[in-house]
Amino acid sequence: MNLMTERNLEKAVNDKMNAQGNTIKMQGKDVTVHYGDKQALFGVSLDVPEKMVTALIGPSGCGKSTFLRSLNRMNDTIEGCKVGGLLTLDDEDIYNPKIDVVELRARVGMVFQKPNPFPKSIFENVAYGPRIHGLAKNRQQLDEIVEKSLRRASLFEEVKDRLHEAGTGLSGGQQQRLCIARAIAVSPEVILMDEPCSALDPIATAKVEELIDELRENYTIVIVTHSMQQAARVSQRTAMFHLGNLVEVGDTEMMFTSPTEKRTQDYITGRFG
Amino acid sequence: MSTLMVLVIVIAIAAAGYFIGRQRAVSKEGGNVKPHSLPHYHGWWVFLASALPAILFIAVWAAATGVYLERSAIAELPTRTADTVIASQSLELGMVSGIARGLDKLSDAERANLPQTFAELQPLLASKGVALATEGQDYMIPIATEWNRNTAWASSIGGIVAIVLALAGAVFGLSGVHVRARARNNVERVILGALMAASGIAILTTIGIILSMLFQTITFFQSVSPSTFFFGTVWDPRFAAAGSGGSQGQFGLIPLLAGTLYIAFVAMLFAVPVGLFAAIYMAEYASRSVRSVVKPLLEVLAGIPTIVYGFFALVTVGPFLRDLSAALSGGYAFIQAQSVLTAGIVMGVMLIPFVSSLSDDIITAVPGSLRDGSLGLGSTKSETIRRVVLPAALPGIVGALLLTASRAIGETMIVVLAAGVAANLNINPFEAMTTITVKIVNQLTGDLEFNSPQTLVAFALGLTLFFITLAMNIFALYIVRKYREQYE
Repeated sequence: MNLMTERNLEKAVNDKMNAQGNTIKMQGKDVTVHYGDKQALFGVSLDVPEKMVTALIGPSGCGKSTFLRSLNRMNDTIEGCKVGGLLTLDDEDIYNPKIDVVELRARVGMVFQKPNPFPKSIFENVAYGPRIHGLAKNRQQLDEIVEKSLRRASLFEEVKDRLHEAGTGLSGGQQQRLCIARAIAVSPEVILMDEPCSALDPIATAKVEELIDELRENYTIVIVTHSMQQAARVSQRTAMFHLGNLVEVGDTEMMFTSPTEKRTQDYITGRFG
Repeated sequence: MSTLMVLVIVIAIAAAGYFIGRQRAVSKEGGNVKPHSLPHYHGWWVFLASALPAILFIAVWAAATGVYLERSAIAELPTRTADTVIASQSLELGMVSGIARGLDKLSDAERANLPQTFAELQPLLASKGVALATEGQDYMIPIATEWNRNTAWASSIGGIVAIVLALAGAVFGLSGVHVRARARNNVERVILGALMAASGIAILTTIGIILSMLFQTITFFQSVSPSTFFFGTVWDPRFAAAGSGGSQGQFGLIPLLAGTLYIAFVAMLFAVPVGLFAAIYMAEYASRSVRSVVKPLLEVLAGIPTIVYGFFALVTVGPFLRDLSAALSGGYAFIQAQSVLTAGIVMGVMLIPFVSSLSDDIITAVPGSLRDGSLGLGSTKSETIRRVVLPAALPGIVGALLLTASRAIGETMIVVLAAGVAANLNINPFEAMTTITVKIVNQLTGDLEFNSPQTLVAFALGLTLFFITLAMNIFALYIVRKYREQYE
């Protein structure tokens, strides 16, 4: 019964997406993840529509971060981690042995839970990706990319006079926006965000959320969050995870007003989690 | 009363204090007031209050009586004149205390009719297993008897005072036991004091070592001017037999310093890349199972005694390099078996585990979030290491390398066997050179007068070496502190 509703719902939503003209950017089919002997994901199928914010919610340990990290194969860095099922980016299997992981991660960028600027200057932090990927032919182009990325992350005005000071000297919220600028500088197609505001105060959180809403214009965003309000504010689609399973997925508005699953309703209203 | 017995009695009193104190604390519990400390803290506080002052007193008393006994014995010695047989007063005093120790072993009957001359006393004591110096004098016997009497008297007084102190301490501790007494905090203070005393001992020892070298060095510089020592380019100390005197040597530090730094440099040239790459492999690439095997294996290298490295160099590496050079040049061996290169390479091997182990810890300490950040931007593993991990770890690595270098500079046994003892000043790494440490060993292991410059120069060398390594360590600490990344 559950399975039926889930599948129907997914189909309905996907149809709706397609009707809106949003193509599927990334797709997961029966994705399973094992950490050694422990299974963390039990066959999750989830579509990520292009140029939208998809929020992954659910109680701690439900597998939402694991799913997020399998989208750009960051799970590869964890010893003993095995991913099964099918994950695609633009209909291309990203776990195909022929795929270049490094290139994939340039297309699917990531922002982490705790701001992690490199111990370098603000400028060097943003210039890091473009330098590695050879995106700038000369210093002038590099300057342009850095400035554009910082502007997009609405950080430029705050730091333009101290671009060559240490990135670690910024406040927590500024550091996180610096990390977003750093991710944008590589011109990714998808940006994954793993609880990007969990280490930030409400004002910094508001700024980052505003930024995420603006970024939607150009990028496909997947965000893991523990805050229901945040999911409601920034996302267009919400997927609810529980115990390594996808409980339900749908329009954010619909999920928060009339969820079909009791577990979703309980979680959203704070009865468990 | 022997010191050991006093100590046992004091400990017994303190132990009894512990049990009584604990018992008292238990009996005072109950009622509405919450006890401040657990009963065993009260017990420990009574123990410490009783044992600590008494033991401290025993230590101070023992030191003080030692000084007092020597003073009074010296006062009784006959005035020294030109024809006093024994060379120095300290020698005389040593003989007296030797006789005193011997007399202690005699039975009461034997002591009652003690022989009056040294010639008779010596065989008697020898039969008790006490060997005496041959030059003993008759006048020493009464002094020694007096010495023994004083010792017995002092130790009885000391023992009684110590036991009284222990009892008083126990009573003081026990009288303080009540429900809200802060025994726990008192014990904490004593622990803090003990820890501070331990670190104090380490520092005091260092200062003591420096001072002991300093005085000998000053004596050395009275016969050899500092400028010829520090800037002299010839090392030729001219070993003179004891007492002959007259022959002056040349004590130029430069050839030794050059050899020391050169060999250390070659060793670092070899150890740094190998050690660093090994550390990077272990910290970043090796799986847990490989790491658990390779890391201990590498650290086995650090456990090999350096003398073993020394004869490995002498027997294996040196001849190999010599034969290799002979084969390369077609007959003429341009690398000597004992050379800077041999010593450098073998010392480098010895240093690998230091470099790799220290660097491994430092690289592992770089937070994983930085690696994730870099990998998440689509950089490869080696790009991440080169551009993010190593720059972040660099200050720590530089510090580790400087610490390793000061070890290389202080190393002795490898150099003795692998680089030789010839104090040459040259820049050819294929020739023999020698180091400061080797020369210290050389100067101190000869049959030399202890106050000749030939021997004293060892202290000057040691002090110089100490300051070089001290400067390097301070510089290393400075670098590490100044550039340490705050990751949080």
